[in-house]
Amino acid sequence: MSPPVSAASWSFTEDDFGAITKALERFLADCNARCALIVDRTGQLVATVGQRPDFDPTAFATLTAADFSANDQLAKLIGENDFNSLFHQGEKESMYLADVARRVILVVLFDSRTTLGLVRIKMRQTVVELTQLFEIVFSRGGSADAVPNILAGADDEIDKLFQ
Amino acid sequence: MSMINYASREINCKIVYYGPGLGGKTTNLEHVYGKVQPDTRGKLISLATETERTLFFDFLPVDLGTIRGFKTRFHLYTVPGQVYYNASRKLILKGVDGIVFVGDSQVERMEANQEAMQNLYDNMAEYGYDLTTMPFLIQYNKRDLPNAASIRELQAALNPGWEVSDPARMRPLPDPTHPGEQLIEQLPTGEWIERAPYLEAVAVSGEGVFETLKAVSKLVLKSLA
Repeated sequence: MSPPVSAASWSFTEDDFGAITKALERFLADCNARCALIVDRTGQLVATVGQRPDFDPTAFATLTAADFSANDQLAKLIGENDFNSLFHQGEKESMYLADVARRVILVVLFDSRTTLGLVRIKMRQTVVELTQLFEIVFSRGGSADAVPNILAGADDEIDKLFQ
Repeated sequence: MSMINYASREINCKIVYYGPGLGGKTTNLEHVYGKVQPDTRGKLISLATETERTLFFDFLPVDLGTIRGFKTRFHLYTVPGQVYYNASRKLILKGVDGIVFVGDSQVERMEANQEAMQNLYDNMAEYGYDLTTMPFLIQYNKRDLPNAASIRELQAALNPGWEVSDPARMRPLPDPTHPGEQLIEQLPTGEWIERAPYLEAVAVSGEGVFETLKAVSKLVLKSLA
């Protein structure tokens, strides 16, 4: 059985963010895709690289996570553990989604300047690279020793916010 | 599962409005959407049927202010209330930080309320979440209707309390919003119980909607602090 999609708290630092961004930039240059997004399984947008999307990225992230979750359940119904990648083809724009470390989703938007085959090949390598990066982030968890809890002792400030 | 993004200096939290069909979950979100400053909220996404029944979820991101230089972004979701849609309802709970159970006060909906509450406990348990230890509150909606049950009846049916097992918590905790009532109390049998905080609302006119949102957001942020 595949590991459950975990929901433990996690946080990433600017260094993590830099490494993730670098990997995605390289990937976009290699496959000539327009834009790549990292979305976590709960629907939060983690990163956007490449051409700035002209849609609402928050809404996009939410729908991506829902799309992936619904397809996961469909996979289970037909006896598969999951579908680790999804492809949506449009007339001009297409998108390819892939699971990373069971916790986040890599979404790539591309048009006719590249091909599905090239995107898929390059994506496979990138997923391996991102999996390693994210596993380090997840293994650290949201633990206070690794990343200081910025809300520690902020009770008064929280009270003030909701007065 | 809250997400703290140090690069964009944001704390992102997920709040789910749960409850029986036609109880007012979507109405809560629509009211928030209509009332907050457009620059502090995103788009309201509704995956609904042609008859405006929620099919998958509604989604609304709102910013509630800044704490320690971090923007607090709350992602509000509703689930489809109809029993039939349990598969999609369960998906929405993934990574939830806080739950609002929107109960329908009408006497005729008591059974539907109880069924939805049981379903919430079951679905949370399947993810390994414990509703009794996380930010969770109940909104009794439709308080303006003539056939609304009394708060006492609703509390008895939907919020009878769970047993407190931690000795450190076995002390009376007054309910800050309802003078004379307790969130944690000892029963005459000697057993200590804790209830979820509750609020009253008329979501269709906006009454109690922001109070609910503020209360749950505060619980979520305090759970992170």
